[in-house]
Amino acid sequence: MENSDSIANNKIINDLLPQKFGKAGKIWTGVLVAICLFGLYAYYRQLRYGLIVTSMRDYVSWGIYISNFVFFVAISLVGSLITAVFRLAGVHWSTPLTRIAEMIAVAAIIFASLIIIVDMGSPERFYNLFIHGRLQSPIIWDVIVITTYFFISILLLYFPLLPDIKILLTFKERSGPRLNKFYGYIGSFWKGLPEQYKLGDKAINILCITIIPVAFTIHTVTSWLFATTYRPGWDSTNFGAYFIAGAFLVGAGSVVVAMYVFRKAYHLEKYITEDHFEKMGRILVMLAMLYLYFNINEFLTPFFKMKESEAAYLNGLFTGDFSVVFWFAILTGMIVPTIILLFKKGRKPLPVMIAGIMVVIGAWFKRYLIVTPTLLHPFLPMHDVPASYRHYFPSWEEWAITFGSLAGVMLVITILARIFPIIPIQETITEQHEIAE
Amino acid sequence: MEQENNSRRDFLVTGLVAAAASVVAGCAPKSNVFEAAADEQVMPSGKKVKLLSVDGEVIEVDAAFLKPVPHMPPVSNSEARIGIPGKKFVMVIDLSRCKNLKKCQAACNHAHDLNPGENWIKVDPMKNSEHSAPYWEPTTCMHCDDPPCVKVCPVDATFKRQDGIVLIDSDRCIGCRFCMAACPYSTRVFNWGAPQISEEVAAQPYSCETSIPQKKGTVGKCDFCADMSRMGELPHCVSACPNGVYAFGDLNEDSVTNGAETFRFSDLIRDKAGYRLMEDLGTKPSVYYLPPVNRNFPFESGLETDSLQNPKN
Repeated sequence: MENSDSIANNKIINDLLPQKFGKAGKIWTGVLVAICLFGLYAYYRQLRYGLIVTSMRDYVSWGIYISNFVFFVAISLVGSLITAVFRLAGVHWSTPLTRIAEMIAVAAIIFASLIIIVDMGSPERFYNLFIHGRLQSPIIWDVIVITTYFFISILLLYFPLLPDIKILLTFKERSGPRLNKFYGYIGSFWKGLPEQYKLGDKAINILCITIIPVAFTIHTVTSWLFATTYRPGWDSTNFGAYFIAGAFLVGAGSVVVAMYVFRKAYHLEKYITEDHFEKMGRILVMLAMLYLYFNINEFLTPFFKMKESEAAYLNGLFTGDFSVVFWFAILTGMIVPTIILLFKKGRKPLPVMIAGIMVVIGAWFKRYLIVTPTLLHPFLPMHDVPASYRHYFPSWEEWAITFGSLAGVMLVITILARIFPIIPIQETITEQHEIAE
Repeated sequence: MEQENNSRRDFLVTGLVAAAASVVAGCAPKSNVFEAAADEQVMPSGKKVKLLSVDGEVIEVDAAFLKPVPHMPPVSNSEARIGIPGKKFVMVIDLSRCKNLKKCQAACNHAHDLNPGENWIKVDPMKNSEHSAPYWEPTTCMHCDDPPCVKVCPVDATFKRQDGIVLIDSDRCIGCRFCMAACPYSTRVFNWGAPQISEEVAAQPYSCETSIPQKKGTVGKCDFCADMSRMGELPHCVSACPNGVYAFGDLNEDSVTNGAETFRFSDLIRDKAGYRLMEDLGTKPSVYYLPPVNRNFPFESGLETDSLQNPKN
């Protein structure tokens, strides 16, 4: 029995150790780096000439940078859903997904912070937030909670990694000297002692408990950046919950896509099984319907009343300039994925992945719709301004920076997956033993 | 620091010439803009000029020491943040007198060295409902008593003064544009690129009261010409308007003036049923409007100067 166990363990370890990039991996990483560099070039131009290189002007003073920021904050919430909520609820099937979720969370929150700096007109004065910060501004709340969430997410990625690093350190010849040095630096103190396990479990539990309110806060506060203003489409008490529901949906959507890709790329069919897709599909359909509910809640009541200031905005969404994007986002982001996932056949890996992609794309456009149409419907007429101020279509620099940041998130996830096991090795072994017993 | 500010102001008040004053008084504070002039070696020309010193004495200085005073902020940043003691500024805009001449706008743009195309004063064609008449409505910053922009500013770059004026510190603004989203009157503009101003203007130290020079990546807006009020003069828009649309004054004195006529503020607002824009939002603006009744000009007379007809304007 002992013997067969150790074979199984070796098999698990062998399957799950980080692998060097193959040809496809190298091309993928190269493409991402190229997109990031192009985004950096666009940002250099923006730093040099100012935000004039964007298409934002006095009315549309926030554009796709802010949409993208909201999008990243939303995606990063998934770390707390998959890791913390499931762990505290005693759900074990999600173990192989926790690290993927945490990697996505860390990558997304890093780029959320970066993109908000990109949006600043005078980024060189960023330090003013710390020396002149005023607690009454929701931006300061956002700075505080995003920083907190960033550190909790990092720790929640790091602590469960420690037992795996111990395993990684026993395969020195596989990782090469530089990675080994890095592993040793971050994890050599972990000896796998029972006290260490006890302490680690406790720490992870505390993190799981704290990350849930912090996660709710980051996205609620982000919604308050809009809801604390008077503007039609933003002046809504529904906004916090509406944003959170959307965040869980897009986060879960991004996880199923990542699950599918990692499963294919690293042949993890034994660990990320069809059952995982079935279960994630159920969660995704529930979240899609929840978000749809919040959308109806958000739009139906003002639509019913059609207050003067809201009417122009709502007509713009439903039948006007933004209607194509609006209905695309609703259909692609919620309704079609719901229809796919309601059927048992729709919860096979491939359709779940397709539904996940649709959710993520729909969610990105939804964030665009949250920001821009409102700004194009101010209370007073858009008058005595150059004609270009009355429209908004992002400039190439904005697109380049946006795609650069999206590529950046994927690059960080790719690098993390190259350095660390995508699926927690030690936890998988432990759970196998528990099942066997 | 306090003393330094005082001595700087004294230079300006007495209208003295900087280099001479610093040489004579021997009190040039270190690390100020006069330092370079003080250190400079100048050969006396022999020609003497009589001047009034800071302490009121008539003194004689060689003409070679005379240097033009660089533009200095009239007050320090901390003074500009407090405001003019005992004042509560208010503006009344009489809609029955406006024909969209845009003299106010031109004067404002010129006085504040605004970018071409950028306007702090906008004159909007308004029509409240299908059967009501159209009229021209000039808008400035409302200098709200409960300003949404100030509430959301993360770094106290936009602030509310004791005299009611809302100003921007462009040396502190980080360019997040939350204030622009928060302002329901859409009054704020942003310097998206480097402002197109002369090097001389750009080199001036920024003053919250003059709002000059505008800086790349920061927000700008109507400042109620706080520098003019400090000098006891009317804002540029008020004096530029030939039709007396704007009246400006002090709520504590209960009087407003358009230059030609002076009104008791409370009477004016009561008799002509003055109101404020979007009162229901609770922003408590300092700008009051008199309704467009018995208008002096037909609405159409303003169309020729309108920006929609003439995109250049």
